[in-house]
Amino acid sequence: MDVSTILILAQDGLINGAIYVLLAVALILVFGVTRVVLIPQGEFVSYGALTLASLQLGVMPGTVWLLLILAGIVAAMETVRLVSSGAGRELPGALAITLVPPIAIAALAKMCASQHLALGWQVLLTMLIVIPLGPLVYRLAFRPLADASSLVLLIAAVAVHFVLVGLGLLFFGAEGVRTPPFSDAQLTFGTLTVSGQSLWVCATSFTFIALLAWFFSRTLYGKALRAVAFNRNGARLVGISPQLAGTFSFALAAAIGCLSGVLIGPITTVYYDSGFLIGLKGFVGAIVGGMASYPLAAFGSLMVGFLESYSSFWLSGYKDVMVFAAIIPILLWRSLSSVHYEEEE
Amino acid sequence: MIRRVGFILFLILVSLVPLCSSYYITLGSYIGLYSLVAVGLVLLTGVAGLTSFGQAAFMGVAAYTTAMLTVKFGWSPWLTLLIALALTMAIAFVLGAITLRMGGHYLPLATIAWGISLFFLFGTIPALGGSTGIADIPALQLFGMELRDEKVFYYLIWGVCLVALWISINLLDSREGRAIRALKGGVSMVEAFGASGHRLKNIVFIYSAFLACLAGWLYAHMMRFVNPSPFGLGQGIEFLFMIVIGGPFSVWGAITGATIITLMKTLLQGILPKLISQTGNFEIIVFGIMIVMVLQWMRGGVWSLVERLLPPKPNKPINESSTLAHRPQPARGEPLLKVDAVTKAYGGLLAVKKMSFELSAGEIVGLIGPNGAGKSTMFNLISGELPRTAGNIYFGSEKISGLRPPQIARRGLSRTFQHVRLIPGMTALENVMIGTYLRTHDGIFSAGLRLNRATEAQVRAEAARQMRRVGLEESMFIPAGNLSLGKQRIVEIARALCADPVLLLLDEPAAGLRYLEKQELARLLSDLRGEGLSVLIVEHDMDFLMNLVDRIVVMEFGEKLAEGLPGEIRSNPDVLEAYLGGV
Repeated sequence: MDVSTILILAQDGLINGAIYVLLAVALILVFGVTRVVLIPQGEFVSYGALTLASLQLGVMPGTVWLLLILAGIVAAMETVRLVSSGAGRELPGALAITLVPPIAIAALAKMCASQHLALGWQVLLTMLIVIPLGPLVYRLAFRPLADASSLVLLIAAVAVHFVLVGLGLLFFGAEGVRTPPFSDAQLTFGTLTVSGQSLWVCATSFTFIALLAWFFSRTLYGKALRAVAFNRNGARLVGISPQLAGTFSFALAAAIGCLSGVLIGPITTVYYDSGFLIGLKGFVGAIVGGMASYPLAAFGSLMVGFLESYSSFWLSGYKDVMVFAAIIPILLWRSLSSVHYEEEE
Repeated sequence: MIRRVGFILFLILVSLVPLCSSYYITLGSYIGLYSLVAVGLVLLTGVAGLTSFGQAAFMGVAAYTTAMLTVKFGWSPWLTLLIALALTMAIAFVLGAITLRMGGHYLPLATIAWGISLFFLFGTIPALGGSTGIADIPALQLFGMELRDEKVFYYLIWGVCLVALWISINLLDSREGRAIRALKGGVSMVEAFGASGHRLKNIVFIYSAFLACLAGWLYAHMMRFVNPSPFGLGQGIEFLFMIVIGGPFSVWGAITGATIITLMKTLLQGILPKLISQTGNFEIIVFGIMIVMVLQWMRGGVWSLVERLLPPKPNKPINESSTLAHRPQPARGEPLLKVDAVTKAYGGLLAVKKMSFELSAGEIVGLIGPNGAGKSTMFNLISGELPRTAGNIYFGSEKISGLRPPQIARRGLSRTFQHVRLIPGMTALENVMIGTYLRTHDGIFSAGLRLNRATEAQVRAEAARQMRRVGLEESMFIPAGNLSLGKQRIVEIARALCADPVLLLLDEPAAGLRYLEKQELARLLSDLRGEGLSVLIVEHDMDFLMNLVDRIVVMEFGEKLAEGLPGEIRSNPDVLEAYLGGV
């Protein structure tokens, strides 16, 4: 193994690691705010790549139908809830909030699908379609379970993962897609060739992380979200709605997943079920951070990226085994390094 | 009666399946295998509040172990069964030892990761045949007869499944089983009665892996062929779905769920592709939606609907007296508990600051103080639930600070909880039986095989005796969750008495009690003192304590403010200042 191989593998590791960092951040955020271990995170990754691919083929993406169906179900549930609780006056407002944005997005997608827009606009449209799926999934599956034990939430998360993978197959078929790169540039540094796409991935990922860091440390709403993650009841007492925070964290998770899907679309072939493994690798990173620490999770996710790229060189058949088996020593380290006393419920 | 008839109908149904066509026999065998795995998962998830997505991987370990060793080395399947069991249980032990000490979501995440790694390993290691797997696994031989006939194998599978069911039911109705059922409410209650929560969780996890291993071994010799696909994460998740649909709180839910999911899957795989005109496993969409709906509206699963129609289980008879050994009580007036300059700091905040006081045998001491004075912290330092920062606590002549709650319980301290910790679904009597954990020694083997009946009768008699002693004889068979808060607090005292304590620690026993209930509680406690028991009470209700206790220790801001006879405390100016803000 020579220096250039080492560098190429490091480059691969960094690109994948950057994606895993993004996913790990979303997982920790959702877990902190809602106690949901977001197993379906990876499906937003597949949906992002597949939606973009459909738009590029000039086809109406299946996720638009999913968006409309979910919004329809939520609207029906809200109607039943408001009418049965005698708050029928609020119904038009609630229906407008639930139905108008998805219908507008669907109309936009319908108009633009056959237009062959520039890549940037297609990415934007993809984000518009996929992001609302996050809050809708939260509203349908998790919000009614807000008081349940975290075990119940975990099982619900796995169930949602099944549903979304199945729907992915239904709407997009079993064919894999590869979207065109954002840039065809090839930069050469000595023996190392860096593709424009990998620069795009790293730059976007790190910009987004910087934005998130700014959001959580500098804005009022970001601080409120951290407060909910720290103490849900306390946050409720000072007027922060846990439901709103849950909705927002799911939107952010969907946005991060979709963005990751758009970024890796040109690097690897994405199938309807590819997102699951990608999302789980983000989990390994998040577990390094104990599902709580963002910096440690980022470090862990980068390590996962490097571990994956180097083990694919030495033991190509075993790279996924390596990544997931690594969780055992990580958990052992966490178990030994922390003291556990049970909190009074 | 109806329960018995239902059970016999179930047995007849199971035994009649082989009269059907071969298709239904295979389906029935699958249901039996899946039930076996699901029963283990019910104990793990519904009963103990843990979960695993790796049960299919445990099946895979067993199936591949026996396939490898019988095909490549020609070993007997019965020998490979032992090896597979040892291997699976060792893996479960390691996974459990690493994850069970930490928060609840680490075990499931670890089992997801290990399930995936194992699935890839099965598919990539050339010696395991890659994705084509291993074929020509020998049939099982029993008494010189080859079990090739699918009907015979069907009966074998259901025989094993029913034995596992019987063992699981026995296990839950035993000393260890009651402690396992208590785990969902947190480990601190069982630890206060001497059980190790970590050990119990590990036992349940290993037991569930044991059942999955049996199923995997049977599967390999039924199919006579293994490949990676039935042992993937998807199957592991499906097992969990079975118990959620069927009912996670009862072993019968496991069989119900395994049946429903297996039949539905067969049905949907026939219908959906035609409906959608596309191939693929679309049944996962239906299952996923079903699970979310069941979790939102019917968390007890389908079995809870059946359970509602059945008459309640008959109460077991109670012996007149028990012969459980009692420990010698120290002579009245001997020093019993000594708290010596104990400090508890949370960062810079001192919750308890250099507290010192003593308690002698046969005495009732009240620890009082305004809200936030550090009384409950002091209490938890004595019971070992919180580690102290500095100072020492002695019980008799022995230092107990630094010991964990189970070790302290073993020395004769027994406690109640400020927030009542009873298991709502268990009868008051069963809850009280948990108190005897340290006085009996039946392990899981004698429990599973029902060799513990004599001790169980003793334990039941002792618990009933304590229920009578506290005056709750008529509430014995009522589920603890249905009792009033006042009665629940008294049940907690009965449970603590069941441990045959030297010193009883009561954390705010009068909180939430009505006036008459308080009077009864005071009468009970002074009776107990009459019998030689020593009691430490944390309380804020001054009136309740004044006529009951021998001495009072007053805390404020984590420090001792005063100590003395009730009359002295009542007129102590510092205490009046603390309680009333000056006179």
